[in-house]
Amino acid sequence: MTLEGKTALVTGASRGIGKAIALELARLGADVAINYAGSEQKAKETAEEIQAMGRRSFIIQCDISDSDAVQSMVKETIDQFGRLDILVNNAGITRDNLLMRMKDQEWDDVINTNLKGVFLCTKAVTRQMMKQRSGRIINISSVVGRIGNAGQANYTAAKAGVIGLTKASARELAARGITVNAIAPGFISTDMTDELPAEAKEQLLGQIPLGTLGETADIAAAAAFLAGDGAKYITGQVIGVDGGMAM
Amino acid sequence: MADVLERVTKIIVDRLGVEESQINLDAKFKEDLGADSLDVVELVMELEDEFDMEISDDDAENITTVGDAVTYINSKN
Repeated sequence: MTLEGKTALVTGASRGIGKAIALELARLGADVAINYAGSEQKAKETAEEIQAMGRRSFIIQCDISDSDAVQSMVKETIDQFGRLDILVNNAGITRDNLLMRMKDQEWDDVINTNLKGVFLCTKAVTRQMMKQRSGRIINISSVVGRIGNAGQANYTAAKAGVIGLTKASARELAARGITVNAIAPGFISTDMTDELPAEAKEQLLGQIPLGTLGETADIAAAAAFLAGDGAKYITGQVIGVDGGMAM
Repeated sequence: MADVLERVTKIIVDRLGVEESQINLDAKFKEDLGADSLDVVELVMELEDEFDMEISDDDAENITTVGDAVTYINSKN
């Protein structure tokens, strides 16, 4: 499997799952644009690791909930790379709170970044991909979007929304050679899950049939598969990479 | 005018796979030329490239016939 000659834009690629996906796409031969919101230094490190593999890479700051900023980001990516084959909608935030205590702002922030952001980025790349008559859009959803999670009404709603958006865009864009799929990671060892208290982690492990947290590499492998030629006949699907949490 | 119509016609023939003889100013993209919504969006994108202009979504919604496209392009050039 090779992605040589392909170009990709990965949102939220300065760390965690996004970084792992960016590195894996690059390892398989793709040039990768690294979007980040705040962690410029970490984004730079990711880009440098990719350049060290002999691929093109650059960092691009953008709040993906801002329509104009997203359009500039996509334009710059296409200007630099000449084409755009793969979009990975990975960027996401959490603002956990119990439903009864959740502030409107916490709800809005998560929906705006995790759901509207996916819509905006997808919309912005569609023109280029339609012209190319080919493209791969990979949305990072979450297991909680399929089975729910207490304390994450906003995040769960956004991630379930991403699954609906994936299916709608897959249907719209299929005739133009563009596939759209989602990956629903379970609990993956990242900065986001490291913050969980030990007790919560213990309880979590009990819900995972395979008995361990996942690794970012597990998600990266699924993304690389969806980006590659082997997945050309797959669209509108949700691939759970969650140790069996949702079946 | 003729030149614009010629260029628009060529794009429509290429994109929608219709015969040149089917194309006249009154021809509707969807009803007469068999385009679906996405085809129309793509046509508008190609017209933007061909005539080096940006057509806003609002304006694009009002372009439903070959004549609409020609008139719009002439009004902007």
